[in-house]
Amino acid sequence: MTAIADQPTEPGLRPSAGASGPAGAVGVPAPRPAPGPAADEGLARRLKALACTAPLHDLDNRKVNLAGEYGGYAMAEVGLAAIDLVTLHMDFDTGADRDIVLARLLPRVAAQAPTRPAAEHERVARWVLESMINVGSVDRGFRAVYGTFGADGEYVRRDYDFKLIEEVPGPDGGVYLRTTDEAVNVLVGALDTDVTSAQIAAEVKLEVLIRRGRLADAQLAAEQARYRTVQYAETLRRALEATRRNVRAVDWMRTIPDLIDEALDHIADRYRHENAILTNIRKARDEAEPHTPEGAEHKRRAAELLDIVKDCIRRHTKLQTRLLEAGPLFRAEQDRQAFATPGARSGIDLYGQLLAPVLRLPVEQAVRPTGAFFARGAGLRTPVSVRVADLVDLLLTPPVEREHLGAELPDPDLVATPDDSRFSEAQLEAALLLLDLPADAPRRLSGLLAEARTQDPDLPYLVALLAVHAASPPVGTAYRQGEERLLFAVDDGTPLRDPEFGGADLIVGSALLDAAGMAAERKDAG
Amino acid sequence: MTTHHDTSWAAETEPAAPAPITPADVADAARLVSFGLQAKLLPARDAEYAELVRRHREDPPFARLADAIATGMGLVVLEVSPRAGMAVAAAEDSLFAVRMGDYSRRAATESTDRFLHGLAHLAVAAMAFPRPEDLADDGYLGRITVNGVDSFVRQACRRLEEQADADGANTDPASDAPGLEAAWRVWSRRTATGATKDARRLSGSTTGIVAKAVLFLVDSGFLQKVSDDSGGTYRTTARYQLQVRDLAGSAAMAELLDLGVVPVSDGTASLLPPDTADDLVADAGLPFHSL
Repeated sequence: MTAIADQPTEPGLRPSAGASGPAGAVGVPAPRPAPGPAADEGLARRLKALACTAPLHDLDNRKVNLAGEYGGYAMAEVGLAAIDLVTLHMDFDTGADRDIVLARLLPRVAAQAPTRPAAEHERVARWVLESMINVGSVDRGFRAVYGTFGADGEYVRRDYDFKLIEEVPGPDGGVYLRTTDEAVNVLVGALDTDVTSAQIAAEVKLEVLIRRGRLADAQLAAEQARYRTVQYAETLRRALEATRRNVRAVDWMRTIPDLIDEALDHIADRYRHENAILTNIRKARDEAEPHTPEGAEHKRRAAELLDIVKDCIRRHTKLQTRLLEAGPLFRAEQDRQAFATPGARSGIDLYGQLLAPVLRLPVEQAVRPTGAFFARGAGLRTPVSVRVADLVDLLLTPPVEREHLGAELPDPDLVATPDDSRFSEAQLEAALLLLDLPADAPRRLSGLLAEARTQDPDLPYLVALLAVHAASPPVGTAYRQGEERLLFAVDDGTPLRDPEFGGADLIVGSALLDAAGMAAERKDAG
Repeated sequence: MTTHHDTSWAAETEPAAPAPITPADVADAARLVSFGLQAKLLPARDAEYAELVRRHREDPPFARLADAIATGMGLVVLEVSPRAGMAVAAAEDSLFAVRMGDYSRRAATESTDRFLHGLAHLAVAAMAFPRPEDLADDGYLGRITVNGVDSFVRQACRRLEEQADADGANTDPASDAPGLEAAWRVWSRRTATGATKDARRLSGSTTGIVAKAVLFLVDSGFLQKVSDDSGGTYRTTARYQLQVRDLAGSAAMAELLDLGVVPVSDGTASLLPPDTADDLVADAGLPFHSL
């Protein structure tokens, strides 16, 4: 085995030829051991696949170098879980949020060493994630060295560069995580196949498994199907992104319309399958006997499976929206170009004549044209010249002492505003008490109004207002503020029968928010 | 000012007697050059500058004087016009030239970083002026974003990678000859962005390198910031177009020819219909704004 993964997080990633020298158990280039170039290529491919797993093994090897007692953690497991989490949280536009991934990683880390402090768990999760990104190397990637035989039978050592988790810019300027194809291959194995056919196979398998009640296997299959869905979305995302930037670089006559049709067909197909699966699982879940431990396990698995399939459906909806937007986007871009007036003279084609040819060159040659472009294209800088007199003044001026507390603030003139609130504090309290519903027992608005009316003739108005407000609850705000519960109202179509109010008889209830997850995330952010 | 007009008038009516150059003329001409050195200053914003530009256009001896001063200082005059002012660029080895080593300390030692910084500048220009007409059309304003430039280059790299895969070529470079690695691989394997402790852009990432280039060009008076969208959105100025068209493009092209690479152009564009060109096609779908 000639492939030796570099030590991740080692700044000088490029190994000199000498440094990788002792790698050669196969190093002697004498008689050619491989029977032909095809076998050699196959070997190289397997060596590369092997190299992709090296950073995971490396985690456990390097944990002894950390300051502290980290022997109790199975780092490779955490690393694989991190790749898993990033893949599942990857969105169509952006990648996975780093904080969310870390928060979800924590329970596993904590379970591995429950006696250790939470701060250490956090440090481990962070270290693993950073190692998977390989923070500290300038490329933030890994490099492995492998050997091949050239056309003339000469043995050549080559560098294979790859990333497992990469950082991408998000639309809000933040940094998000995406798993690379290599990582998905490491994760699920042999995924480098035709996405569609693999998807169909997984579906068939899933249906059969569910029919037979083999839920544990079905869950595995469903999870694999979800990875494939993610991969499919990723392929499409790239194609659409390229289209958005560059209309003519993409074949809008055939390739892209075909791709979109195919994807839409695929989505329609998947909807049918997934809805069928949903029905089947619901049946399995509801028929399971909850009182026996076996039945309870069955029920739990079915519920998990349900979540996975629902997530698949959500992803498909998103993909479909994107597909439908692609056509209008193309037409808008095309219009913009078609109506631009052609110039009289012609200039240099910067892309076709400069950028594209430069990218093809070996880097040691490519430096020359880019250097020339930089020297002539970056503009000029006026050199700074200092007079001795100024310099002396500058150096002798004592530094301006800044007031520690800053300037004094004038007292603001406050005018008491008249209290013109419609409802009193006591009324608000009464209404909130009324709406303080247990999480598992939502109520109809009509009942709440009737109860409020018995207390105070004005109170129903306030209750109705609060209920309507809860129809679009500020989930994000509540989440950020770390609230544990949130009032919500849903319209199920029942009309409201009330002497004072009309409209829908809303169902009002409390939703519990994941307080533990939020706390972990806030801690990360802070 | 009126006296200068009299002298130029005299020069035109009596060509035999050249107008005498007074120290005041030299001072004015040097003043014009100094305005030109302030790249962000435009004649539309400064009455004195506008007057000197007008005089440069109407008074040939004064124009010659100003050009001579600029040349003597190590400057190349690209254009003197109301829209661009006195657009001057640093001649090679001039006092005003920017050296890569001053620009980025890392680029001074690492040849891959030197390449990446140079390529970022080239890519910014290529994205700002996607078609040859855009570079030629004086009224054209290019528009770029930092993230857009990075994904533009990445897309080009991906194309080359796919092409190499289709050809069955092994693009992994030999370990003992890193300089022979294909240039596109250097960009594509560098991280696009990265989280840092102080929430700033990772300077070694490709978006960091592009952002550095863009900020530098803003300081050179070549770009103007429009918004913070997509890592920063910028539009080009007339000076940038001149600089790229008349200096940088041809300088890079000369190096390329020197390396034996002859980029073929039929004069119009590399905007070929997609079915005939599986090859890379110039970037036409970029958002641009023509005046």
